Amino acid sequence: MLRLENVSKRYKTGDLALKNVSLEIPNGQVIALIGPSGAGKSTLIRCVNRLVDATEGKIQLGDTEITSLSSGELRKARRRMGMIFQEYALVERLTVMENVLSGRLGYVNFWQSLFRKFPKKDVKEAYRLLDRVGLMHMADKRADELSGGQRQRVGICRALIQDPEMLLVDEPTASLDPKTSRQIMRLINELCAERGLAAIINIHDVLLAQMFSQRIVGLKEGIIVYDGPPDGLTPEVLTEIYGEEDWEATIEDVDEEDDAPLVEVLK
Amino acid sequence: MPLIETSDGPLWKRRTTIKQWLIWAGWLIGVSIAYYAWNLISEKTIWMFVWDAPRQMVDIVGRMVPPSWSYMDNLWRPVWDTLNIATIGTVIAMVLAVPIAFLAANNTTPHKLVRAVALFIIVATRSVNSLIWALLLVVIVGPGVLAGTIAIGIRSIGGCSKLLYEAIEEINHTQVEAIEATGASRIQQMLYGIVPQVLPTFAGVAVFRWDINVRGSTILGIVGAGGIGVQLNASINVLAWTQVSMILLVILGTVFISEYVSAKVRHSII
Amino acid sequence: MSNSNYSDTWKKPPFIVNPVLRWLIYVGSLVYFALAIGTMEINWTRVAEGLPRGLTLLSKFFPPNLADSRGVIVDGILESIWMAIISTIGGIILSVPIGLGAARNLSPKWVYLFCRSIIGVSRTFPEIILAIFAVKFFGFGPFAGFVALSIGTIGFFAKLLAEDIENMSKSQAEAVKVTGSSWLQWVNYSVQPQVMPRMIGLSLYRLDINFRESAVVGIVGAGGIGAHLLTSVQRYEYDTTATILISIIIIVIALEYTSGYLRKWVQ
Repeated sequence: MLRLENVSKRYKTGDLALKNVSLEIPNGQVIALIGPSGAGKSTLIRCVNRLVDATEGKIQLGDTEITSLSSGELRKARRRMGMIFQEYALVERLTVMENVLSGRLGYVNFWQSLFRKFPKKDVKEAYRLLDRVGLMHMADKRADELSGGQRQRVGICRALIQDPEMLLVDEPTASLDPKTSRQIMRLINELCAERGLAAIINIHDVLLAQMFSQRIVGLKEGIIVYDGPPDGLTPEVLTEIYGEEDWEATIEDVDEEDDAPLVEVLK
Repeated sequence: MPLIETSDGPLWKRRTTIKQWLIWAGWLIGVSIAYYAWNLISEKTIWMFVWDAPRQMVDIVGRMVPPSWSYMDNLWRPVWDTLNIATIGTVIAMVLAVPIAFLAANNTTPHKLVRAVALFIIVATRSVNSLIWALLLVVIVGPGVLAGTIAIGIRSIGGCSKLLYEAIEEINHTQVEAIEATGASRIQQMLYGIVPQVLPTFAGVAVFRWDINVRGSTILGIVGAGGIGVQLNASINVLAWTQVSMILLVILGTVFISEYVSAKVRHSII
Repeated sequence: MSNSNYSDTWKKPPFIVNPVLRWLIYVGSLVYFALAIGTMEINWTRVAEGLPRGLTLLSKFFPPNLADSRGVIVDGILESIWMAIISTIGGIILSVPIGLGAARNLSPKWVYLFCRSIIGVSRTFPEIILAIFAVKFFGFGPFAGFVALSIGTIGFFAKLLAEDIENMSKSQAEAVKVTGSSWLQWVNYSVQPQVMPRMIGLSLYRLDINFRESAVVGIVGAGGIGAHLLTSVQRYEYDTTATILISIIIIVIALEYTSGYLRKWVQ
């Protein structure tokens, strides 16, 4: 269970990105965090693994209070939270396999990481994950040779090999085309279900958010303005979050999708 | 470009009056500096020699041809030494420059104070010409290739480090952040997030510097620090002009080939 | 999906794929370095003798002795500075016609080849070698240094000028040409405005380089502080050596900052 209590974040520039945010995410729940650009979505998930330090408030993952950890303890805590990035954030000049294995860096020592001598079970798990997302044959390719969708799958593998309790997902589809976006969202969803992972997914595509999450949290100027089920997103709520616009066309039924199975799309 | 209303209608001028004055003032300052500098130099010049220069030139060039081809037998070893000074000097420089660059880049330095020291080393080694380093090192370690190699090495630290730390500061930060988010330590973040990003630049810098160093190491012999400059100096001192022209040709060839090799290698790396 | 038959070992693919080539390069460089270091002929007893001298020299830097022979040093440094300035100006004046001549889009072939070969020769030979010959031709003193550095400046400045002209915008150049302008008018109105700002920046940068060189050409008798530096080292007057070196470093840093600042201001 992840619990945020009255979390605020003020940047050095003086901008108040989060204002007293309190949020509770039970184990295994996938929530979508929606809101306009600059609403503080990214800041919120970065506060959870402390890539950004919250100015005030407490964040707890299970029994661990993340906000008060020393840097050594923080590294251990970060192993429990896998992060998936907007622009994939793969190290482009490393091979796919190295990128996946880099998810184990929190577990191995300096020499092992220097000589790429990862424990056998890690390597095995890396192959298993790559196979699961359909990129087995790409293991020795350099990350910059991959397409956007393939890179994001590698990013997912890197997060999962940490063996995390939850995923922090920052705009996973922002650089992808609509079809690939859905495949990636479905993949994340399936994997969370398989492993019983909780997840916070930042996303500004409302439709995708509704399709792939159990709960939606709307953020506006650093304040939570909606917290409820996907079908509770009425035009009024969306106006509250994003401002005035014709929302009728955006809201659709969630389960009439019939996409091709994942494997077919992987070239 | 303002239009000025006059009694004869609008008048177009290229610049405003103040701007034009500033430009004139700039020219005036420039010309007076040049004039002053020229006077100073010409005061210290014995013009008789200068007027005699064309005759001297014709005379010496005349004595230079044809180059003494047979002298080439004595030049293989100096060329080999020259290349070694450049190559080993570059290796020494890179070995020292890499850690200094990491200490000097503001995103990898452990502390501001350390950064200041690293930047000082970069500036100090860069400002002093390799010939001066060679001059000092000949006194310390004695004349020969060793002095030249160390001189080239020290002089190149600053040049390499500067390019390297700029490359480190320009990396894509999210890639490092992604590694940080896995729970990696600072040194692991460096290994996986930063090093792969800057490695090609590092290789490029080394080759680029090597090319410069080949040129630089041809002259170190003038102060006794080894390489082909030793022969050049000796031949000039005994006025063996056919040997001198042979040496110049060899230098020309060596520099030309090193430039070609370095361009090829850089092209294949990046 | 099978669970257990994934490989549990992985090796990073080597940078050079061809194993024969890879080993050839490894062994080759090993042999080269062994030979290079082996033929260095290091005289260890001489090194051991010299080290204390090195320490003496180093100790003279902290603190430097600024009182003795100050007049001579100031004179020499000023001579170097003036030499750098006048040879930058002289070099640029020579560079402009040669640079125009070396631009393929401006000049007929034979002019192009002629100017390119001038540039090639002056780029290949280090300023010191040029200075040796200048001293032979023009006699000892700063005039020889001026000539050497001016020629060195051509190799740098004319080359960059020519490249800039070759890369300039074609449409602007043509627009002026079709007005029926003469060659000189054309250069004045279309070429000059396009390359001018960068050239001013480059000339400041070259001034920087010329000062560094003007500090050493004195070693071969071409004027400036270099002669004093050489004498001080030969006479073991390390006080003076240290003072000169510190002055050079300070001036180079000051010049670098000034020229960097001016360049920003000009562009």
